[in-house]
Amino acid sequence: MTPILELRDVEAGYGPFRALFGVSLAVEAAEAVALVGANGAGKTTLARVASGLVAPSAGTVLVDGEEIGSGRPSAWRFVRAGVAHAPEGRSVFASLTVEENLALSFHRAFGRAGLAGALDRAYELFPRLGERRTQVAGTLSGGEQRMLSLARVLVESPRLLIADELSLGLAPMIVDQVFETLGRIRAAGTALLIVEQQVGHALELCDRAAVMEHGLITWQGPSNEAGAVLESRLFETGAAR
Amino acid sequence: MSGAAGFFEDLFRGLLQGTPPGAVYALIALGFVLTYKTSGVFNLAFGAQAYISAAMYFKAHTLWGWPKWAALVVSAFVLAPLIGLVLERLIFRHLRTASAVSKLVVALGLSVALPELFNQAARFTAVAGRQITGIMPDGSSVFYDPFGVYRFNRDELAMMAVALAATLLLAALFRFTMIGLAMRAVVESPRMTELSGINADRTSAFAWALSSTFAGLAGVLIAPRFNSLISTDFFTLVVIAVAAAAVGKLVSLPRALLGGLGLGWFIAVFNTFLPRWSGDHTWLRPFQENLTPSLPFVVLFAILVLWRAIGREREASDPLSGVDPPPPALAALERHPKLTLFTRLFGVGFVAVVGSVVWFRAGVLWMHLVTTAVIMAVIYLSVTVITGMAGQISLCQGTFAAIGGFTIFQMADRFNMSVLAAALLGAGVAAAVGALLSLPVLRLGGVWLAIATLAFAFFFDAVMVKFSWVGGGTTALLTGTRVPRPLVGPIDFASDRAFLVLAVVVLVVVSVVVIQLREGTVGRTLTALRGSEVAAASIGISAARARIVAFAVSAAIAGLGGALLSMHQQNVNYSTNFGPVNALFWLVIVVALGARTVEGAIQAGAAFALFEPLILKGDLLAWILRGDDHLPGLFPIPGSWRLVLFGMMAIQFARHPEGLVEHGKRRSAARINRWLEAREGAAS
Ligand SMILES: Nc1ncnc2c1ncn2[C@@H]1O[C@H](COP(=O)(O)OP(=O)(O)OP(=O)(O)O)[C@@H](O)[C@H]1O
Ligand SMILES: [Mg+2]
Repeated sequence: MTPILELRDVEAGYGPFRALFGVSLAVEAAEAVALVGANGAGKTTLARVASGLVAPSAGTVLVDGEEIGSGRPSAWRFVRAGVAHAPEGRSVFASLTVEENLALSFHRAFGRAGLAGALDRAYELFPRLGERRTQVAGTLSGGEQRMLSLARVLVESPRLLIADELSLGLAPMIVDQVFETLGRIRAAGTALLIVEQQVGHALELCDRAAVMEHGLITWQGPSNEAGAVLESRLFETGAAR
Repeated sequence: MSGAAGFFEDLFRGLLQGTPPGAVYALIALGFVLTYKTSGVFNLAFGAQAYISAAMYFKAHTLWGWPKWAALVVSAFVLAPLIGLVLERLIFRHLRTASAVSKLVVALGLSVALPELFNQAARFTAVAGRQITGIMPDGSSVFYDPFGVYRFNRDELAMMAVALAATLLLAALFRFTMIGLAMRAVVESPRMTELSGINADRTSAFAWALSSTFAGLAGVLIAPRFNSLISTDFFTLVVIAVAAAAVGKLVSLPRALLGGLGLGWFIAVFNTFLPRWSGDHTWLRPFQENLTPSLPFVVLFAILVLWRAIGREREASDPLSGVDPPPPALAALERHPKLTLFTRLFGVGFVAVVGSVVWFRAGVLWMHLVTTAVIMAVIYLSVTVITGMAGQISLCQGTFAAIGGFTIFQMADRFNMSVLAAALLGAGVAAAVGALLSLPVLRLGGVWLAIATLAFAFFFDAVMVKFSWVGGGTTALLTGTRVPRPLVGPIDFASDRAFLVLAVVVLVVVSVVVIQLREGTVGRTLTALRGSEVAAASIGISAARARIVAFAVSAAIAGLGGALLSMHQQNVNYSTNFGPVNALFWLVIVVALGARTVEGAIQAGAAFALFEPLILKGDLLAWILRGDDHLPGLFPIPGSWRLVLFGMMAIQFARHPEGLVEHGKRRSAARINRWLEAREGAAS
């Protein structure tokens, strides 16, 4: 079976700076993969390459076995092919209202007819957003902004969801709720690629894990073995430096 | 009929009369706001785009004899959107993350380059005496009088109908489709928009095509109101549209519409009543003569200065800007000591050679051109201070220079004052005006500052110049604004050589002042602030003071330069030298060649005066080839190509804010540095 997403020997960076040095990773349908590693290892860069935000300087990115776009980064093609990306950090349109933020995605995904229903589902997921639907997103609290960018991708139930530091800045209760929702959409058939600092949560949810160090994937395997590997690796690298 | 009934009838007539032009202002304002909202570009090239469509329509209908509908379709619905698409694809798509100010400079470069590019490409020249016709058959000769007070002609009806249709279309677009929302989203973050599954490139291309169509339509519709097609008239039109758009803080489409209509009504009503009142009250008369043409600029300036909320909102920043690589570092400033020595020697040698050639060999014409170059370099140093050091765009440097020129004219004419003393006085007056102007205007910052200074320049042009204590009034019409050359003791600067020496001395002194300013506290504060409004707000008082000083010094330099130029030409020649649209080219040429350094200003001065005769006319090549007869048939190249060239160079401002030539020099300096270091490494 062809994986939904496959990176082959991908190199990428920013201007003259290299962040990835030949990374290969595949995510099969309905599979959940956790991507873990130290700060600055290149996890976010990998997520950006996987969703078309950053074009690889070498190697290929395949969605359903096919290359998407040609050279120019074109994230919208990835989205239309079913790969959604909840980026790291604040990722809302500050000058649009909550509802407009959501409508932008939902209108494309569900059409005019499905828009209202999708909005309802988002507000059901995060009631706080429902209360603030006419508020300009830039004035939402940090946690509320996270919820908004999550609601956008969760409701759509894409075929693959790339989630970068989902839990950052959310209250513990909301974090639990978010992981619960992730579990649910996973059960419904969405594949996941999850970048997390809260390794425990992530490994629990996922069946496979990949460890990144200095722009390379240095270990891949079942997530229940990852904990031990991670400990020894981090210890080693810590000792080496 | 008299009294209240008559008053209301006149008022009603004024409103009706003001509606057609108001509709066109609204059309431009809508397009302008659309561009600003959907690409963050303060598109001063809008007038150039309108001009091109108007000229195309004129050419197709009047000169080629096409039917009106075909000419309209080609000029407004094919050419106009096409220009928008090309601009988006080639330029603005790559500038999405650039600052609003650099996009403004790019648009300014375009506004200088585009009309000439069209004129040359289409071999278009304004044909005097050929009536510019509207879009309707018998447009100006068939009238309708629905209310019995004002007769609309067909063209006016068409203006209103087109504006109405365009407004409805736009409203429907925003109301019933997602494209309006997508266009707003793209400005804030093209990447986030893409993550919502929307093609950001296509969205902004659509927005550009649409807004450019508005520009083209407006150009075709308004053209019959002008006597002949001149691109600068259309630039003025855009400033009017900006006034309308400012009513909606540049972002509200409905308010821009109202602003346009309101401006049309206001002007018409004003014109209806003021002449009547000034018949009774003679003290109103100068206002009537002077104020009417400048109403839009007064309104614009008033909105900018008095409306506290304007210019307050920050640009929403792209949350995904972290995806972009850091901007490339400016090429190194440090030079290898040998290189510095070499460039210094070369500079001195070059000046000595050119100087002696000019001194001993140059005829009257070349002496004149070189002197102009030196004086323009002085004026351009004022741009170095305000734009290069303070990072602000001032579009009224021509006005400051004119103040210098007019001061010596008035002082010499009325009080027989020594012109050199008057020149210093002129610099002082310009500095005072600059400081005064900076107080309300500096609060605005960025794009708003640029536009406020532009409004000021147009206001000065339309009102102040007409007062006899400024521009000489009727005396000037009879005798011109004549200015004598200075006479100091035994030295009579009426001699062109002596005057050249004077100009060079002034240039050296001003250069030293600018360098001192840059190295001092003010300069350092300004460098720390450059381009960052947030930093300015957090540093507070000393930042404000540094900026006021920069503004005043810059105005003084411009004033001094303007005085010199007037002495040189022995006349102020206000409109050819200092008119607001002409002075825009100053900024463009300085920014193109290097706004950060004294050297850049000198290059720009030389380019302004010498590029056309030396390069375009082919004199340099002829000299190299030893004789005119060997010149390729290409020469002489029309002088207006310099507008195209420098306009296109200014477009690079967003990528190379230090100026293209400066950028090139720094790069090659870095290369030579590396080579020298490598050689030393090999030797040791
Ligand atoms: N826009 C950029 N320009 C230049 N370098 C960048 C840019 N974005 C990231 N980097 C660099 O790329 C490297 C990898 O960054 P990345 O964000 O992928 O790390 P990460 O694994 O996500 O780290 P974290 O766990 O802290 O989020 C880092 O060294 C970072 O400094
Ligand atoms: Mg990261």
